Amino acid sequence: MTDRTTTIDDRRARSRPETGTGDAKTGDAEIGTEQVSYLRAGHTLRSWLLTTDHKRIAILYLISVTIFFFIGGAAAALLRVDLLTPEGDLLTNEGYNRAFTLHGVIMVWFFLIPSIPNTFGNFLIPLMIGARDLAFPRLNLISWYIYILGGLFTVVVLITGGVDTGWTFYTPLSSMFSNGNVVLAATAVFIVGFSSILTGLNFIVTVHKLRCPGMTWGRLPLFVWSHYATALILVLATPVLSITLALIAAERVFGLGVFDPALGGDPLLYQHLFWFYSHPAVYIMVLPALGVVSELIAAAARKPVFGYRFVAGSSIAIAIIGFLVWGHHMFVAGQSMYASAVFSFLSLVVAVPSGIKVYNWTATLYKGHISLDPPFLFAMGFIGLFVVGGLTGLILAMLAVDVHVHDTYFVVAHFHYIMVGGTVSAYFGALHFWWPKMIGRRTSVVWGRLSAVLIFLGFNLTFFPQFILGYLGMPRRYHVYAPEFQVLHVMSSAGAGILAVAYLLPFTYLFYSMRYGAPAGPNPVGATGLEWTVPSPPPKHNFATLPVVTGPPYDYEIEHEEAGKAGGGRKGKARTTRRDRADDQGRPTRQAKTAPGEEWQ
Amino acid sequence: MIGDLFTRWAGEASAHAGQVDLLVLGFTLLVAALSLPVFVLMVVFALRYRRGRAVNRRHPINRNVWIEVSWAIIPFILIVMFFVWATSLYVDIYHPPDDAIEIQVEAKQWMWKFQHPGGQREIDELHVPAGEPVRLTMASQDVIHSLYVPALRLKRDVVPGRYVSMWFTADRPGDYVMTCAEFCGTNHSTMGGRLVVMAPADYARWLAEADVDRSLAAQGAALFRSAGCSGCHGASATVHAPPLAGLYGRPVPLDDGTVVTADDQYIRDSILLPHAQIAAGYPRIMPTFRNILDEAQVLRLVAYIKSLANDPPSSQSPADDHPAGGQPPVEQGR
Repeated sequence: MTDRTTTIDDRRARSRPETGTGDAKTGDAEIGTEQVSYLRAGHTLRSWLLTTDHKRIAILYLISVTIFFFIGGAAAALLRVDLLTPEGDLLTNEGYNRAFTLHGVIMVWFFLIPSIPNTFGNFLIPLMIGARDLAFPRLNLISWYIYILGGLFTVVVLITGGVDTGWTFYTPLSSMFSNGNVVLAATAVFIVGFSSILTGLNFIVTVHKLRCPGMTWGRLPLFVWSHYATALILVLATPVLSITLALIAAERVFGLGVFDPALGGDPLLYQHLFWFYSHPAVYIMVLPALGVVSELIAAAARKPVFGYRFVAGSSIAIAIIGFLVWGHHMFVAGQSMYASAVFSFLSLVVAVPSGIKVYNWTATLYKGHISLDPPFLFAMGFIGLFVVGGLTGLILAMLAVDVHVHDTYFVVAHFHYIMVGGTVSAYFGALHFWWPKMIGRRTSVVWGRLSAVLIFLGFNLTFFPQFILGYLGMPRRYHVYAPEFQVLHVMSSAGAGILAVAYLLPFTYLFYSMRYGAPAGPNPVGATGLEWTVPSPPPKHNFATLPVVTGPPYDYEIEHEEAGKAGGGRKGKARTTRRDRADDQGRPTRQAKTAPGEEWQ
Repeated sequence: MIGDLFTRWAGEASAHAGQVDLLVLGFTLLVAALSLPVFVLMVVFALRYRRGRAVNRRHPINRNVWIEVSWAIIPFILIVMFFVWATSLYVDIYHPPDDAIEIQVEAKQWMWKFQHPGGQREIDELHVPAGEPVRLTMASQDVIHSLYVPALRLKRDVVPGRYVSMWFTADRPGDYVMTCAEFCGTNHSTMGGRLVVMAPADYARWLAEADVDRSLAAQGAALFRSAGCSGCHGASATVHAPPLAGLYGRPVPLDDGTVVTADDQYIRDSILLPHAQIAAGYPRIMPTFRNILDEAQVLRLVAYIKSLANDPPSSQSPADDHPAGGQPPVEQGR
């Protein structure tokens, strides 16, 4: 593709800086000459641990969520090995319960929720909106320390024997009956919640106050839109979780009767409070992933995202409706029949904005210039798994069906398709896409493709059999199961083995690339967006001069292979911008102005 | 082994199960129809428009509001049709027929106890007649459990502190798996048993053979005396306590001005949490029996008081001023 014509018209660079002072940061000659990259600005441990640079904090998060991902993953591996036999020979009942609780707590609060927002959101939001940092850099650092403190509490829970309530901490099991370390685990989650709240606050203020000139709301990258929606949920929902966990601790320690009926409390009150947070929390996990995929699809297809406004608006719609569907976790718990009907209907409504995104992504590919590089493959994998996860979510929202499959492996498979198939695929997609920007070096395309395909196949082998298990009636959180189910469980465990390899693989070649990868240049993927206008890795303060945005996002030019046939008469809507882009050696985009008439040469 | 999976676990033991399967099948076809275009087109586009391939890429479109609205609204309307179908099935399982056999269920870590109306008791096994509606009134002794019979496509959380009910008509004799679906602690995965659906004649024989001394209500009556209830609520009591004959199913005015119906839940709460709802005109003197009676015993007392529902109320009954509440209220497991 690289030998195509390379002319550019003067309406280029819609979302690129119109650097009033010249062409400073987009040429390839100046990289790193006058500005030290954020990675090289200080080499001491102190310069990392006390940094207020959003990019360094993002790296700190990247390291810490990766550690928790592998702890949570190790717990999952333990569960899958144990489930190879119906009797569960590896663990005791108690040990199994503690392992799945640990897996849930760590994966939800210490990996999935902070994964994309706190690493890529932290790194990219200021770069994407043309800011030098988040609005409150020191608060950002404190958020990380709070996260680490919560993480240390979790490690203490792990060392002192764990907790056996499930990540949902249902009362009165958690408050009165469990013999695990519930108070300490609740404290860990309570603490990490403040990290979420502060990060959300930081994002909201940043997006409101620090957009560079010309970066209007209608020009925000979709990644930023979805993070803005996520931040709203983080700020509004997390406090409810904090209060609820504090009440559990109060009931357990002081015997305060809130949830235990023996003390005059109401166990369903707990479920309402918990899901009022935890359902929106699902959208905290998946909305950033949706934002990532929008960026990946647009960059891979070299086209604007089809229906930008609908895709941006659907993030906000998902965030808002997501607050009104928590009761669908309680269809068999004893809430009123009428409440269930309303919650069921609202849960179906969420399908509309989610469907818009998927259909619009598909339409984006139409007549694009699609690169089959790893980020696109991860995005494709995301869409496939997200669609299956989302549609099985609709099946679960059907009241009479939920009565059957609630609390079975069907639910387990459903939410893993969304959170693991979806969010983790997007996380790896983001890692491959922005890795050259973060590290300044390219990574292997072949290995990246291999791991994208392996993750997709391994994931499906792991979790598709669980839909069948669930519909046949296998309840979740079962250590000992009926022998009839063994075949499907063995398939699932085999898939988990593939998945484990596929998740470990990227870390080898990504580490390798840190030292041996080819230099990336500012824009190795040929994408639009302000983050691609600065050197890779970006300098400490991102922009030497603040950029000015003059056009819409994703302003990819049109390329016509059949240039000869291109007559006049093109619709006015079609943009007549062209631009050459990085070649395979990683040289950055060169931009030059040509007369509009030259565009078909 | 696999055969067992489809009979004991996922067999269709009731007409309701068949309806749920039909709904799932129909809905699966719909979602396949909605999602297949995405899967197919994504792959087709990715290959056809992959970079470096010379194809016609002129006139790409970047937005079209009407297309977007159509692919938001049309699938939604189709889905809402299934919502109506699924909700109507769900409403059905909230409305037990009046002539259902009432079986009382007590859940505790980690077993299921069942008491038949005739007093027959069983643990982790439930025998029911085929073709007759059965209603389970369930209580939990400790944490939340969930009675789940996959072959009936039914489950229901058993939440401590309240009675919940579930009903079904199993129409195919056989053995079906019964499990606990809500995580309830260490041995959650071993909490289960079987549902035995029997031909009505076999069920009658089974009931007759079971070792029973007295019916549930009669056991409750004995408990009514041994636990000391009769000291205040008995016919010869001198204490000013509400009489219980003819109480069940009637409205009871409370001292805060509200009126409640004397259903299973009200009677249970009056025994275990007596001060939560005080009948109008009576002093606050009833002690709690929370640490004295377990849920199984309370269920027996409820059965006894229920058996008095058609006895003539004594003249000083506060409920006497009100017309009878019609048919006994249906416990909906709030």
